[in-house]
Amino acid sequence: MFFTLLRIELFKIFKRPRTFIAFAAVAVIVVLVQFALKLNGKDFIELYTDSQTDTFEIPYEKIQNGYFVCVAVLHMILIHVPLLVALIAGDMISGEANLGTLRLLAGKPVTRGQIIMSKFFASTVYVALLLVWMALFALLGSILLFGTEDLVVFKETDLHIIRSHDVLWRFFAAFVFAALALTTIAAMALMFSVFSDNSLGPIVATVCVVIIFTIVQQLRVPVFEETVNPWSFTTHMLGWKGFFYVEKTAEGETINGSIENPAALVKSGLVLLGYIVLFLAVSISYFRKKDILS
Amino acid sequence: MTNILEVRGLTKRFNEFRAVDDLTFSVKKGEVYGFLGQNGAGKSTTIRMLMTLIEPDSGEIEIFGKKLAKNRKEILRNIGAVIERPDLYKYLTAIENLRIFATMSGIKVSDKCLMEQLDTVGLAARAKSKVRTYSQGMKQRLGLACALVHNPELIILDEPTNGLDPQGIADMRNKIIQLSKEENKTLLVSSHLLNEMEMMADSMIIINKGKKIIEGKVSELLHPEVSVIELKTPSHHSLSELIGKTEWASCLKMHSGDIFRFEFNKDRISEFNKQLVLAGIEVNSLGPVNSLEQFFLSQTQE
Repeated sequence: MFFTLLRIELFKIFKRPRTFIAFAAVAVIVVLVQFALKLNGKDFIELYTDSQTDTFEIPYEKIQNGYFVCVAVLHMILIHVPLLVALIAGDMISGEANLGTLRLLAGKPVTRGQIIMSKFFASTVYVALLLVWMALFALLGSILLFGTEDLVVFKETDLHIIRSHDVLWRFFAAFVFAALALTTIAAMALMFSVFSDNSLGPIVATVCVVIIFTIVQQLRVPVFEETVNPWSFTTHMLGWKGFFYVEKTAEGETINGSIENPAALVKSGLVLLGYIVLFLAVSISYFRKKDILS
Repeated sequence: MTNILEVRGLTKRFNEFRAVDDLTFSVKKGEVYGFLGQNGAGKSTTIRMLMTLIEPDSGEIEIFGKKLAKNRKEILRNIGAVIERPDLYKYLTAIENLRIFATMSGIKVSDKCLMEQLDTVGLAARAKSKVRTYSQGMKQRLGLACALVHNPELIILDEPTNGLDPQGIADMRNKIIQLSKEENKTLLVSSHLLNEMEMMADSMIIINKGKKIIEGKVSELLHPEVSVIELKTPSHHSLSELIGKTEWASCLKMHSGDIFRFEFNKDRISEFNKQLVLAGIEVNSLGPVNSLEQFFLSQTQE
């Protein structure tokens, strides 16, 4: 029955025009970034390499390749995609309540837990498809437009150079990690959705929480760095970057296939999983007892 | 006849407000059971408890001889319901809505079967139109099709004639009677309209402020053996004298101005009228008062 419910949920999601807003938005943003970098890529790279231009000559043409553009796109886009995920997941239960169909759904021979889980997994499938779409545009599109070379990643004042044959698996891992991060947002939006009978409230609440924690994270003051940030999901949502930071030998040579701090990646993954479990547990326990009056 | 539905001592509070208060009733197999009460009497809350949308504070619900709390899935598989408005997925077509509710009820049906179902409610021609383009009456009919698609034994309809035009009301009423009489389905139909119930229900309950006021067969409640007979006459002095000398004195229950109310079998109205004519008493009107309606209004109006 669970898979039947999941199929129904996916059918409902992809029958709504609003679902495709996110896909259109991602396509537009990616194309805009690619267009901008095609015309003014050098200026963009100079923002990061300002402090290093005196030390050595920067090979802009080599740096500005498809992989580099894709990382730049991910940097810009993954901050905003949670808003698009909230648009769908925040409407999952509250939208049904608002439409009046929640009472029909809950009066069928399925458990309330099954309803929540099917909606959660439907959101997860939506997130995954959104990321596949993003990968198609951001990675495949950029490779076609800019070609391939070694990937140069800037980490504050440090440079990480990854050989082109060592790059693709990192993108795959980064997209999987981003899926986990966005699924956390979907679980949170779904939780807010359980508490509300109108569609807008949970979407706005999710967006507000993401904005608040992002600001707290960006303040970089000790009071938050030591207390909130280590456990804030917005901190760990950026964990995907870790796949592009590599270990180096004593001579400064990149070690192929390495990750600079795998423990931090595992921690981020576990924290995000913990949040997902927490949000789902709250959703199910509240929804099981909820009087459906809508 | 066996009881399909038994409700015992059902109570639901919302904070201090008792929406349903110690309600007990039973519905027999194959009957249309009217669930009557003013708006806000507790009908929808009771129905929502029957559909497990609201958890009762106390009391028991047994459906098909099994406790609802312990056999929820099994019981709900055999119930079809339209609760309040027939809200459906507006962005989907009628056939897509129907397929969703059939699948959720645990059955697989072909498109041909779905079309046949839509045909029974007169919507086959609009099967592929989005529900947002439907009129209220069409939504009501589609809601009924969704409730019937899995061939349930018990059908619960909450105010099914709300928002319908007179033709729609008549169609809905005929469909309800057909389901009961031809297909032997059991129907619990809520309404705030007594005359609607009179036309389609076999038994009924009247509730007010969450409490049961009266329950029984419609024929017995609306057409009791002893009726209240009301007489209006300008000759009230002469009538008082006549009554004092005859057996009708024991039947007189109320006298106010030119209105007299008696309690006796309706079959004796002509006999009573004959005596009035012979005594030369002028009669403005004489006939039975719908006692249930009077009773319903007196109990349910503030």
